[in-house]
Amino acid sequence: MADNGKHSHDHDHEHGPHPTREDDDVELTPAEAKFLAFKSLLIEKGVVTPAEIQARMAVNQNSGYHHAARMIAKAWTDPAYKTRMMDDAKASAIELGIEVTEAKLVALENTPKRHHLVVCTLCSCYPRSLLGEPPAWYVSKAYRSRAVREPRKVLREFGLEFADDIEIQVHDSNADLRYVVMPMRPAGTEGMSEEDLANLITRDCVVGAALPTEPRSTAT
Amino acid sequence: MSAEAIPAFVPGNRVQIVDLDKPGHVRTPMYVREKTGAIERYCGAFENPEERGYGRINLARIPLYRVRFNQHDLWPDYEGPERDNLVLEIYEHWLKPAIQETA
Repeated sequence: MADNGKHSHDHDHEHGPHPTREDDDVELTPAEAKFLAFKSLLIEKGVVTPAEIQARMAVNQNSGYHHAARMIAKAWTDPAYKTRMMDDAKASAIELGIEVTEAKLVALENTPKRHHLVVCTLCSCYPRSLLGEPPAWYVSKAYRSRAVREPRKVLREFGLEFADDIEIQVHDSNADLRYVVMPMRPAGTEGMSEEDLANLITRDCVVGAALPTEPRSTAT
Repeated sequence: MSAEAIPAFVPGNRVQIVDLDKPGHVRTPMYVREKTGAIERYCGAFENPEERGYGRINLARIPLYRVRFNQHDLWPDYEGPERDNLVLEIYEHWLKPAIQETA
């Protein structure tokens, strides 16, 4: 339809343009064009191979917060592992066979008196090799600007209300370190296996925007 | 060229963020500039991203710290208890010892 919906039908109602689904063959932005040109050059000059790029993308796409969930569940059940994780989270991830590409990883332990919330105000720094791609809200300007300024209000919008005697500690992931929040082990999980414990941990838990809840019903 | 600087601050030191007013790939957000906080920990030495962001690599590594601020010092209208705080990473050249503070 080249007439953009302004055609007349025999019927008598008014309507706007027919709904269409945009193809993604829109013009590139200058940054996108530069990126593609740069990528082609790197390949042409033999600096990287397409296979290496694909492999790196696969690391990001196949990794997800379940890596962090595994670490946390182990730390909940193994005090010696927890000590190692608090001391050097990257080494403790590698110990479980998790590939970590970030330079340095810090685990932040929630306690009855302190809750951690992670944000990157400058862009969207996130430990992708451990947590996968960040959720859309994490990279939104609203979250990035508000999490540092009114964290309690932001947490309330995530459904989390903290009493005044619980300290809220916000971590701006603005430079070289990356962070993962270790939530408290929920009550009623005694005797659960590491695997079942890991299933209680959601993506938002490891950023500090959610808490693991009591064991879910086994019905799925 | 790979000399590693000796950190000038230790945990607990009160520090003020210098406003270098520097353009480019800087990692010091506006909201902490000229604010006073305390060194929480030394993170190690890293290549300066202000240089690395432009392809200048193999430079001297510079000390990076985690610096903690009281939220009420960052935001005069902060709504929340006194103990709420924020921690972020600051490279040493953005730090100076805090001057006498009026409590």
